[in-house]
Amino acid sequence: MRALFPQDEEGIMNWITKLYYRARRAWKAISIYLMIAGPGLVVMVADNDAGGITTYAATGAKYGYNLIWFLVLLGPIAYFVQEMTMRLGVVTKRGHAEAIFDGFGSFWGWFSLLDLILVDWLTLITEFIGMTAALRIFGVPGWVTVAGVCSLMGFMVINGRYWTWEKVSLIFCALNLIYIPAAFIVHPSVSDVLSEGMIPNFGKGFDSDMFFFLMANIGTTIAPWMLFFQQSSVVDKGVKEKDMFFGRLDTFIGSIATIVIAVFIVIVTGTVLPGMEIDDAAQAAKILMKTHRHAGELLAIGLFNAGLLGAICISLASSWAFGEVFGWAHSLNNKIKEAPWFYLNYFITLISAGAVVLIPGAPLVLITLFVQVVAVTLLPASLVFLLILLNDKETMGEYANTKLQNIVTGTIVVFIIVLATLYAVNTMFPSLFG
Amino acid sequence: MTLGHALQSMIARNRIKIRNINRRYAHPRIALTPTVRWALVALRFYLLFLVALLGYKFFTMLA
Repeated sequence: MRALFPQDEEGIMNWITKLYYRARRAWKAISIYLMIAGPGLVVMVADNDAGGITTYAATGAKYGYNLIWFLVLLGPIAYFVQEMTMRLGVVTKRGHAEAIFDGFGSFWGWFSLLDLILVDWLTLITEFIGMTAALRIFGVPGWVTVAGVCSLMGFMVINGRYWTWEKVSLIFCALNLIYIPAAFIVHPSVSDVLSEGMIPNFGKGFDSDMFFFLMANIGTTIAPWMLFFQQSSVVDKGVKEKDMFFGRLDTFIGSIATIVIAVFIVIVTGTVLPGMEIDDAAQAAKILMKTHRHAGELLAIGLFNAGLLGAICISLASSWAFGEVFGWAHSLNNKIKEAPWFYLNYFITLISAGAVVLIPGAPLVLITLFVQVVAVTLLPASLVFLLILLNDKETMGEYANTKLQNIVTGTIVVFIIVLATLYAVNTMFPSLFG
Repeated sequence: MTLGHALQSMIARNRIKIRNINRRYAHPRIALTPTVRWALVALRFYLLFLVALLGYKFFTMLA
């Protein structure tokens, strides 16, 4: 048998030298990754926004660990779709809104842009609903939350550096891992999680309620703003074709992070609130606090953080899209006086959405339901455009979709469109599916 | 300059800008192969279906 370590002095020196160069190479790769990392990780973790956290918390409460396997399957779906937007942005150096205008003409361009603005604004309201509900648990009034969030988000962008914005966003992404300690606090049975959660099953049977939950989970996996956000983000960051591998790695790690977070939320509510029907994550946090104070607090903090991260990305997605189409300066590397329209759009979207939540008697539940329906008017169009653009060999060259990629992503796109449509129809007509 | 004048000139500027955008993107750059054409027609029907559903829901809510 060959010895693991060399026995003679020369052999040891060679071994140490090799080890040193390997470590240097690995460190260089990690350094490059850390420079490129950002858009994929941020968009994927922000995908678990306030609405997403509510969906996962409600899924765990109603079905325990039984649907964890389904969440795991959603990881590759999110990866394949977002990888395409990253590739399109890197190659074309233009955002999704501009790419649609250029590729499909002004009719589809205006449709996508205006629909995006509406969907983003409504989604932003739901993020504020989540954030105010989360901090109300700690006695913070709604207006303080809205004012604080707007100030923080203003501070993140006004220094005129993409790098600063991204690194602060990554800190909030890391904070989303708060659900992992929360899950350990409630002491779940690991064997139950593995046996009930990792083997595909439908618990007590497949019915219309479960169908609704499956659709809701898919609906939170891919949202229209994600396509626009990541593409604009890689353009603003200046990611190049040679960095494609790290862009993919960034998206891949992000897709794992988003699923890990979702699974741990399901574990928390599945352990403490099994069989319970909950309407939102703040309600779950309050119930949880009665028996596991710290786990409930972590759930509430996580909900606030998720809403904040969602708001950070969504408000930028709109401003980038407008800037691209109208030809305004639209980079986070621009100061306010260099890109006034970009920042004006950003702040108007942000402040108006926050203000809606503070209006007494505002139809917030209706808005939450409406956003799911309006999102479905944009998502299929954006996904179809994405697929067509990725097949445009003239622009994409060697980075165009291969036949295998088309089969995989085409199947995913059809799957998402059908289920998201059924989800929207079910939201509008709840009695339709029994 | 009053606020009214400033708003008027901003609207006029943006109208010209929108007209320029429409002119610049008047023709799709993507080659309209039968598959692309079919996909775009299907998308229009899909959106009409959704808008009809939304309209129906809106009127039944009002009724």
